[in-house]
Amino acid sequence: MSPAIEVTDLTKRYGDLRAVDGVSFSVEPGEVFAILGPNGAGKSTTVEILEGHRKRDGGLVSVLGIDPAKGGREYRNRVGIVLQSAGIDKELSVREVLDLYATAYTRRRPVDEVLEAVELTEKADARVRSLSGGQQRRVDLALGLIGDPELIFLDEPTTGFDPAARRRSWELVRKLTADGTTVVLTTHYLEEAEQLADRVAVMSGGRIVAEGTPEALRANADSGTVIRFALPSVNAPLSDLLDPLVGEASGRDRRIEIVTSAPTADLAHITAWAVDRGIELQGLVVESMNLEDVYLQLVGDETGDAAT
Amino acid sequence: MSDWRLLWRSIRAENRIFWRTPIGAFFTLGLPLIMLVLFVALFGNDPIGTEYGDITTAQFYAAGLGVFAAASATYTNIAIGLSMRRDEGILKRVRGTPIPPWVFLGGVMLSAVWIAIFATTVMVGLGMVAYGVELEAAKIPAMLVSFLAGTICFATLGVALASVAKSAASAPAIANATMLPMGFISNVFIPLDNPPKWLTLAGDIFPLKPFAVSFTEGMSPFSEAPAFEWDRLLVLLAWTLVGMAVSWRRFRWEPVVGASTGRRSRRAAAI
Repeated sequence: MSPAIEVTDLTKRYGDLRAVDGVSFSVEPGEVFAILGPNGAGKSTTVEILEGHRKRDGGLVSVLGIDPAKGGREYRNRVGIVLQSAGIDKELSVREVLDLYATAYTRRRPVDEVLEAVELTEKADARVRSLSGGQQRRVDLALGLIGDPELIFLDEPTTGFDPAARRRSWELVRKLTADGTTVVLTTHYLEEAEQLADRVAVMSGGRIVAEGTPEALRANADSGTVIRFALPSVNAPLSDLLDPLVGEASGRDRRIEIVTSAPTADLAHITAWAVDRGIELQGLVVESMNLEDVYLQLVGDETGDAAT
Repeated sequence: MSDWRLLWRSIRAENRIFWRTPIGAFFTLGLPLIMLVLFVALFGNDPIGTEYGDITTAQFYAAGLGVFAAASATYTNIAIGLSMRRDEGILKRVRGTPIPPWVFLGGVMLSAVWIAIFATTVMVGLGMVAYGVELEAAKIPAMLVSFLAGTICFATLGVALASVAKSAASAPAIANATMLPMGFISNVFIPLDNPPKWLTLAGDIFPLKPFAVSFTEGMSPFSEAPAFEWDRLLVLLAWTLVGMAVSWRRFRWEPVVGASTGRRSRRAAAI
């Protein structure tokens, strides 16, 4: 079977900023594919190009065999888009909104069925304005499903949710996609990608820096160990300390972090270096790397908001 | 076929939204009616000197304010409504569905024309019932043609204004800053009897006076049936084409980056 999505060398520039810088990936039919990354990594731009909302500057994009930039109405008839930034007319009732949008699709799910799926049957006749934020997001989801799409885009579906609401929403997405709908999900929650996705692409700075199943990423994580410490001000050249290491060092404000596959050897070298110079390493810690570390390592240093 | 059904549904949905927003309904329908009652109470209902001849205050204002209500229902409401809904991401959502743009905008415009019909009918009806305003059957076709030309023109200009307004905050300001001054030089708020030439010229160029004059001529006892004002209708047509050209080039489905603040955070805060 041909892939549901095929992206080759996609680029998008805003002025001098390369928002998407040579991204390639493919998604199989029925797969749940997550694009994970911090704000500004380029994942929303990528997905908006796939949705047909934005024009690309370069590369090839095929979704369901159609170029989204040219697909027009026929294309939009086959995909569902659940956008964080898309509003709903608040003066209409939930059922009125669903009825209206349902008319636009040639294939459609019965409104009552969709209402039940997103657990809003009791709110069917309530004005959208009167719903809680979480309920309004479920209307978003219902609108994404109403056209019985072959592929559904979920843009940060649980951003701003409390943990309990997030968990409920994951269950909902799992239930709704169990029938083999292809899903492209963007998120900056690591756990969300892990919970929902068959495959994850990690984006940073407009590029895909890692791609694989959550298990594969985790396996990657298990193979690594992190050594952390703070360095007091020293006169010695740091190259003596860092160059012989097996692992990779990064640091800021004299806080050093070394990710290594040879922790014993690297630790011996570091401690020997410090002892020779009579230096005490502050806060020296050795721990095995978790998925969070892998992620943070992949997306670099500007990820203060990635874990929030 | 299904496009027409979709258009019909859009018109109905737009109408519901209008009636469920009481403040908008008040400004569009209530305020012009209050102005009619006030003007007749203040100036009496004797014949006054106007461009159309000496007609009663109510005869003048039922037509003029009826046109004003129709122009607000189309131009002002569409401009504000569309830019608000663009800021809220509603237009972006529509763009991501198979709803064709012409159906969506057609729904918005036709719903506004329908509300304008309602507003003007109530205005003229009140004039007839309460103040002895009279219509002549032979001139009603001219009134209808003028009304349709005027409302379609102002609906198109409303879409055009939403296209150039950066955000929902600027749209009402631009709408009022253009509508109100036009109102004073267009035989709408004040009967013009020999105004300075440049004011006459300004009124003739902008679309509100052609709308008001061609509609009022259809209601004036001094005009001759069928009372079509072709030169005025031509000005309306020209403005309709201007509105279409601007909308075609400038209409956007997404909020202007940086123009609206923090919808995302507001939404997150609401959860």
